[in-house]
Amino acid sequence: MPLLTRTFIKTGMVCLALALVLGILLALGVTNGLFPVYIHLLVFGWLTQLIFGVIFWMFPKYSVKKPRGSEALGWWTYALLNIGLLLRAVAEPIQSTRANPLSGWMLVLSAILQFLSGLLFVVNSWGRVKEK
Amino acid sequence: MPKLSVWFVRASLLYLLLGSLFGALLLAQKGIPFHAAVWYLFPLHMEFLLVGWLIQLAMGVAFWIIPRFSQGSSRGPVGLVWVSFALLNAGILITAFQYWLPDAVLIGRIAEVVAGILFVIGSWRRVKPHGVM
Repeated sequence: MPLLTRTFIKTGMVCLALALVLGILLALGVTNGLFPVYIHLLVFGWLTQLIFGVIFWMFPKYSVKKPRGSEALGWWTYALLNIGLLLRAVAEPIQSTRANPLSGWMLVLSAILQFLSGLLFVVNSWGRVKEK
Repeated sequence: MPKLSVWFVRASLLYLLLGSLFGALLLAQKGIPFHAAVWYLFPLHMEFLLVGWLIQLAMGVAFWIIPRFSQGSSRGPVGLVWVSFALLNAGILITAFQYWLPDAVLIGRIAEVVAGILFVIGSWRRVKPHGVM
């Protein structure tokens, strides 16, 4: 299993654990802006990140020279996804309780980074989705 | 990867792009509000990412990966699964018209359910122990 895949999956596991802890907080009635963070840690931080890692590892080879496409793009995908998610996890509860320009712009930046992460993943994976 | 999986997976990648674009607009709107109508994208964001991306990707990869038959059509009734692919995507796209057609969500969801049932029927016998023909 390549290093990038291991990094995706292990970070995904951390997101899963964090989401489950947040689930307890939500059950205890601590809800300020945490529900969207909980959902996105599960669906984006865990499921999607796990999928990104496994696809990078197991999908058909892009070419003999570059079997997994661009590894650099893969690392950018990883970095943008996790920085974007972290920004969201910090700024969204603040924005929903004490909205201010800093947390607002952090959310805008998070939105851009997360979208770019998906875009880079699609660009890097598209050529590997092919018939044998 | 068989042709049908290529279609499933590429469609799922397109939904990932669209769904995350809608999500990015929604999150930016939460941060620095720029147009209230962005909130209309919320149900599409969920539909495209949950059904269009996650479920469709799983269906495409399952069709490719789960055990094949050694006799007859190796991946079972492929035509049935093509219909499942068409219905699933028709269903997702129909739900996107929910603000113009009041029944779009119901019709779209029915198409998605039929797609799911056809996929299950088409794949059921392939979930088998090693060595079974």
